[in-house]
Amino acid sequence: MNALGRHLLGLWPLSSDQILHLLNLAERAASGGLPPDALRGRVVANVFYEPSTRTRTSFELASRRLGAEVVNFDPERSSVRKGESLVDTALTLEALGVDAIVLRHECSGTPHRVARWVRCSVVNAGDGMHEHPTQALVDLLTVRRAFGRLAGLKVAIVGDVLHSRVARSAAWGFSKLGAEVLLCGPATLTPQQLSAPGVRTCHRWEEALEGADVVMALRVQAERQATSFGMSLGEYHRAYALTPERLRLAKPGVLVLHPGPMNLGVEITPEVAYGPPSAVLQQVAHGVPVRMAVLYALLAQQQPEAELRPIQRAPLALVGRS
Amino acid sequence: MGLLLRDARVVDPASGRDTVACVLVQDGVLRALLPPGSEVPGVEASFDLRGLVVAPGLVDLHVHLRQPGQTHKEDINSGARAAARGGVTTVVCMANTSPPVDDPTVVAAIREWSRQASVRVHPVGAVTKGLEGRKLSPIASLAAAGVVALSDDGRWVQDAGLLRCALVAAKSFDLPILQHCEDVNLSAGGMMHEGEVSARLGLRGIPRSAEEAALARDLVLAEEVGAHLHVQHVSTSGAVRLIRQAKERGVAVTAEVTPHHLTLTDEAVEGFDTNFKVRPPLRTAEDVEALLEALRDGTVDCVATDHAPHAPWEKLVEFDRAPFGVVGLETLLGVVLTRLVHQQGWSLQEALRTVTCEPARVLGLPAGRLAEGGVADLVVFDPDAEWTVRSEEFASKARNTPFAGWHLRGKVLGTLVGGRWAYADEALLRRQLAGAVP
Repeated sequence: MNALGRHLLGLWPLSSDQILHLLNLAERAASGGLPPDALRGRVVANVFYEPSTRTRTSFELASRRLGAEVVNFDPERSSVRKGESLVDTALTLEALGVDAIVLRHECSGTPHRVARWVRCSVVNAGDGMHEHPTQALVDLLTVRRAFGRLAGLKVAIVGDVLHSRVARSAAWGFSKLGAEVLLCGPATLTPQQLSAPGVRTCHRWEEALEGADVVMALRVQAERQATSFGMSLGEYHRAYALTPERLRLAKPGVLVLHPGPMNLGVEITPEVAYGPPSAVLQQVAHGVPVRMAVLYALLAQQQPEAELRPIQRAPLALVGRS
Repeated sequence: MGLLLRDARVVDPASGRDTVACVLVQDGVLRALLPPGSEVPGVEASFDLRGLVVAPGLVDLHVHLRQPGQTHKEDINSGARAAARGGVTTVVCMANTSPPVDDPTVVAAIREWSRQASVRVHPVGAVTKGLEGRKLSPIASLAAAGVVALSDDGRWVQDAGLLRCALVAAKSFDLPILQHCEDVNLSAGGMMHEGEVSARLGLRGIPRSAEEAALARDLVLAEEVGAHLHVQHVSTSGAVRLIRQAKERGVAVTAEVTPHHLTLTDEAVEGFDTNFKVRPPLRTAEDVEALLEALRDGTVDCVATDHAPHAPWEKLVEFDRAPFGVVGLETLLGVVLTRLVHQQGWSLQEALRTVTCEPARVLGLPAGRLAEGGVADLVVFDPDAEWTVRSEEFASKARNTPFAGWHLRGKVLGTLVGGRWAYADEALLRRQLAGAVP
């Protein structure tokens, strides 16, 4: 079964076939193979409780390229400021006729919460420290286009894994498609509990980079430093930054990824970020076709029976189980 | 005059009784246990309870009734109705109300409000003023006002010197301290058990050590002072080990476990349903096994619900922003019977101990047993009847149960408090033979 359900909440629950289906759709989108009016008359709401440049813009462009209308909902300039709750915001958007809510939120699991309350589709555009599935699909597409395959590749993800939704989604996505994933960083930021089939953790950069086909550097979130980091930014740079010297341990032809935004000189040096192995700008360019693929799969390829599911009315949601 | 419950299976863990008998209730008192088939002329009502069990009303040592101050979540009357529906005839209510029970006037108010409640309510006093952990409550006055224990439940008394002082004082008034063992330096910001699931879900974890480190310190203090420490909602295998060792040394420690910690694991949080957000958090299968074993061998003395009602809209928010806690009164007996008797193979006697005479013994309450001449606080239940938990049918104001949709085996049909029906199911009323409708 390739078809997605009604929502895209994360890559963890998806099968490899479902992920491949989305990548194939993204290829079609990249080559202009998706009908430009596929989502005519549909409305996509971008609901971003956290700032975003890449994700938000690419969802907006993706929606427009499929003929959908886009509503940009800004919590800072909406009734949220007057104390409107998440559930009321979601139900209001649905009542306005929105077909998909593209949601970014600082709390893990918020798209899952919203998906229980509304009938329309919910797309996770990044939730807390949990998942960022469309970013991982971008990475998968970028790597597959560069190597022609994903199975058998060694993928090193280096940095603040603990707080990274990108790292989680990428780890699940790459491992489900047969790549070997190494999560690498200081012990305080790479919990061993993130190990899964095909996913290991390590704390020495040499172990991660040696023979790697793909190296992804994660943004170091300076605001986390005080509580859980255990090292200064300078120490982090000396211990884990992606430098040209370190990259020599990787396979020739190694591909360097960074989900952005980058802290040049902290987790990655400019030579690497903009050098030949870098795929950072391809990643950005793949943002639109990947998000077209997701919206197309959820809204244009939706199963008819899904449309007929009974509506869970707001009062029921309020008195029933949350 | 009176009430005759005919031909029920009468189970009383305190005395070891498990026989078919007729129960005669008069003037609020269990007047007599009569041989099967007995007729008593002149009783107001008699019920044919063949196939049903009559047991002592349940005793729940850990309930939040939210009055005063948070009556949008629950109040004494609604909480008591929920208790009655659950077969619970005695509840011990926690001190974290608003204002908290750190003053004898609040104790007096709760006792006054509780007179009209359908079950017996025993208030707990706060260990520290305002539950702030800075200075002790007026323990002597609280004791005189009638609290049955002291607790800052929801918060650990972090200051060791202060807790030691509280233990000395509590001991002199023969009051136990009920301690919520959680070192907040270890649990800060935590939303669920720290483990593989929390790592995957990107939710901050609460490690086992948050409970165990706090408990270890408290046991040292209780042992030195010789005071009674009661450990609330034990959740980890390590905590069980610490309590077991302390009991072997003769420390005056008792402990409770909740129905949800006996049945659920951290995997329940997968869907980010806030009805699985509890403190201490749901742990792993290994912990659940350890808790079941501890309850069986007496390391953990009893089951208590930590009934923590919240208004539906308070739970209907982002996972991080939802309050901790679940309700438990109306599912207590069903979960205990399903889990312990039907799944684990315990005898009815063994399972009922954990919710009747054992919790009563922990706090020295005159409850949880059947005795001729004693108060008629009884539960009537069908040990095999299956039912589905529907939160919309709860008598509680709250709906935050982790057991919604569960099929439970063992259903409360009636609850007598002081000889009056605090709750009577239709199925019970259909068994009435003669006399006035209750």
